[in-house]
Amino acid sequence: MLPRELEQEIAAMVRDTDHVEEKIIDVIYLLQRHFGYFSDEAMGHAARLTGKTEVELEELATFYDFIYREPLGRFVIHVCDGVACWMHHENGLFDYLCRKLGVAVGETTPDGLFTVLPTACLGNCHNAPAMLVNGEHYGRLTPEKVDRILEELRENADTIPLCLCR
Amino acid sequence: MSEQVLFKNRRADCRPASLADYRAGGGYDGLIQAVRTMTPDDVIKEVMDSGLRGRGGAGFPTGRKWSFVRKDAPHPRYIQCNTDEMEPGTFKDRILVNTDPHLVIEGIVLCGYAVQADHGVFFIRPSYDADARLLERELDVAREAGFLGRNILGSDFSFDIDVHRSAGRYICGESSAQANAIMGKRPNPDKNSHMTDSGLWGLPTVVNNVETLASVPAILRNGVEWFKSLAASPTGDGTKLYSVSGEVAEPGCFELPGGTRLGDIIFGAAGGMLPGAEFKTCLPGGTSTSFVAREHLETPMDFDSMKKAGLSLGTGSVIVFDRNTCLVQATINILTYFARESCGWCTPCREGIPYMKHILERIEAGEAGERDVALLQRVADGMQHAYCGFAPGAAMPVHGLLNHFRDEVREHLGGRGCPFKGAGVVKPGLWTTLDRDAAHPDAAHRDTDSGDADAEGRDG
Ligand code: SF4
Ligand code: FES
Repeated sequence: MLPRELEQEIAAMVRDTDHVEEKIIDVIYLLQRHFGYFSDEAMGHAARLTGKTEVELEELATFYDFIYREPLGRFVIHVCDGVACWMHHENGLFDYLCRKLGVAVGETTPDGLFTVLPTACLGNCHNAPAMLVNGEHYGRLTPEKVDRILEELRENADTIPLCLCR
Repeated sequence: MSEQVLFKNRRADCRPASLADYRAGGGYDGLIQAVRTMTPDDVIKEVMDSGLRGRGGAGFPTGRKWSFVRKDAPHPRYIQCNTDEMEPGTFKDRILVNTDPHLVIEGIVLCGYAVQADHGVFFIRPSYDADARLLERELDVAREAGFLGRNILGSDFSFDIDVHRSAGRYICGESSAQANAIMGKRPNPDKNSHMTDSGLWGLPTVVNNVETLASVPAILRNGVEWFKSLAASPTGDGTKLYSVSGEVAEPGCFELPGGTRLGDIIFGAAGGMLPGAEFKTCLPGGTSTSFVAREHLETPMDFDSMKKAGLSLGTGSVIVFDRNTCLVQATINILTYFARESCGWCTPCREGIPYMKHILERIEAGEAGERDVALLQRVADGMQHAYCGFAPGAAMPVHGLLNHFRDEVREHLGGRGCPFKGAGVVKPGLWTTLDRDAAHPDAAHRDTDSGDADAEGRDG
């Protein structure tokens, strides 16, 4: 069961469009945010609400990098591995984050708070090395800045609303 | 500073210009003039005469593209405004949207008027979610003010814009792939149909980049001659946003006369190299362009001059490399990106890019010889047979490496491996120590894009 509000929001979205296909990604995003990832259950709801088959949805879900078919942390740390960030030692940033959080790239911390993922250029190359967390861009990173950011997110984990694109 | 057309309303405090700010500088006057006194054909002619060319990388004349929409073409017609911008090194559209959202909106509406379109779709990548929210808000403001929606400014022209959030993947920047993405299909490119005949939902669709569309309002306001006079080179047409990243002192996005010399962008606008760094090469237009030789620093950065020099302007995103950066390693990084982002539709791209990467990794490890370099060349040449422009683009840095830095590649061969590894190579941009703000206090005013690098290190 979906919360009534979410069910209605999605139903309205589907009703108000000429082409339901145009709204599929938005529907997936809403469900993904609700379930934390695009789970099988979320997929079922998406299929039911858009009238698409699960195969059609899976075809999209497996193609895009901001749709997650596996559980992940409350905060996804998208670390840029583009060449400008690479030049400013993105490697060291991955290393530092993973050591600090005790995870490997792609893994989630045991407390369920953080997942570290490599991401295509974030459009913040002049502030390399850069990362994106919950829709927020962070750049010109140093170990001290990373510490502060993690601290801030950890402290406010209960109150920070999750952005649509995770 | 040369004339700022696109960044006219760029503010020191990073706040995006409001409708009032935009109006104060003549914003929407172009649209008012167009719907009241010009026919759609007048608008197309004006844009055609201005020489404006697509800023997304392809450089196709904008007015000509618009003129392809037949007068008797069916409705609804669509405008796709491309803000995918996922190529490493490229961030101009993000800055532009954050600087002056209404400039972009007016550009889309004008394009809509010119081809008598009904809907605009603002296609935006997921990592720009904050920008998507900003645009949604400002679209409401524009609607409220009568610049968007039904019967714009009391005319019989109606046009509205939606924001479409992408879920990621670089191939979505390709116009037909983008149309597929919007239509909820897997975003493979489709080279069989012309977008202006049969794009979104099988209807006429014009796809333009954000920067291209944002250049249109001022052309209508100030005229063709003025626009041409902004450029530094005969075919530079107007101003151009150049984004500079890498080992320079003041990386950022700069609006300069179109056709500004590459060297002036790096050593002028971007403040030259970082302390301790020495220029080796750059990718002049994003990662799907070629590494350049030193003498190319003299080349004007416009489509024609770059082409004449055997290069391409791409998005005008200059990524600068230091003498101590191994270009084999850099190319491996770039190919890793392209291999991951390939849509996988056709074999040359799906198989060829990982193969080039594999050969380069063997070169890097000292396990390769001359024959491997020849093989790398052959595979790179083969990329032109791929289905879309993605694969030939991915091969460009490889061509640059082999054309201009073959000696550096050779130093890796015959069991020697990377000459840049090991002691004695000091990297100027170490992330643990790189605090640009401390090193260059006067550079701070340049970072007007979305408030980067404040005390929290946050720049969202
Ligand atoms: S060249 Fe690459 S991106 Fe283009 S269609 Fe082929 S596989 Fe897809
Ligand atoms: S290369 Fe890292 S943000 Fe662009």
